[in-house]
Amino acid sequence: MNSFFNVHWEWLLAILGIGLATYATRLSGLLLMRGIEVKGRAKAALDALPPSVLMAVITPTVLMTGKAETLAAFITAIAATLRLPLLATMVIGVGSVWALKKLGI
Amino acid sequence: MFLAYVPLAMLWGTMAAAKGFTPLDALLMSFFVYAGASQFIAVDMWKEPLPVLLLILTAFIVNLRHFLMAASISRHIQQVPKFLQPLLMYVLTDEAWAIAERQALNGPLSLGYYLGVAAPLWPIWFLSSALGAVIGQSLGNVAALGDFGLAAMFITIIAGFWKGPRTGAVIGVSALVAALAKIYVPGRWYILLGGLAGVAVAALLHVEEEVKGPEDTIEKGTP
Repeated sequence: MNSFFNVHWEWLLAILGIGLATYATRLSGLLLMRGIEVKGRAKAALDALPPSVLMAVITPTVLMTGKAETLAAFITAIAATLRLPLLATMVIGVGSVWALKKLGI
Repeated sequence: MFLAYVPLAMLWGTMAAAKGFTPLDALLMSFFVYAGASQFIAVDMWKEPLPVLLLILTAFIVNLRHFLMAASISRHIQQVPKFLQPLLMYVLTDEAWAIAERQALNGPLSLGYYLGVAAPLWPIWFLSSALGAVIGQSLGNVAALGDFGLAAMFITIIAGFWKGPRTGAVIGVSALVAALAKIYVPGRWYILLGGLAGVAVAALLHVEEEVKGPEDTIEKGTP
């Protein structure tokens, strides 16, 4: 059993690598771009990164699992436009998957 | 606003625990990485043997948006001693950035204001992560619920980035390429391939005459 204070030391290398990559993105903006404004096409591309990557992450779950998941994703997207608190939207999403499956979809 | 991180970090902690993270593992990851979206994605990809290089590369791409935020913030902290500025970047998250930018509309950012906003979020994040992992360990396997929970969370964040039909084209192409890559490319490459395809669409569809201020960019999302 894992106890509270055990550490997977062999994982720590991966964690440090991810941390370094993350810090590199924050630091390079400061060091390389001191005072320079990113605009135009480059900015449009960088602005699109988060939604684009997040969509790719969820594609197998919401589009390639089953009808219930796909429908629930649309319900969640509609709920998301209502600007409810994040957790409320998540409850709606998880609840609709559960309900749709109960209905046999 | 400081409390907004608590449920998110705890949720991440429970998902990490479902993948075998101990509370201390979770604390260390939140301490060293401190970037919500990429931590959720990394835990989703977490499977022995760890695809270490792919994990690192994916985190780098996911967090490239911080490059923009850091570049923008750097204009407002010129009066902060140069040796301190790299340290300030460590605690730059989406939320801290959005608040600091709003303050910067009224003039340069003081060291105290920036740290007052950005620094407390960090311990809140990693301590809540550990707490979430403690709860996750005692709950046993919550991954079944967590799977769509993560999707629902990301859908909400995507909605926060919505800027009209062009965003629709971006995520549409991203989903299409990701689906194809998921079928034809082994491993977790579909995240990068789909993500980059969407970015390419954004670059292609970009029209030059748009004039937007810095406060008009990324305001929503996880750290």
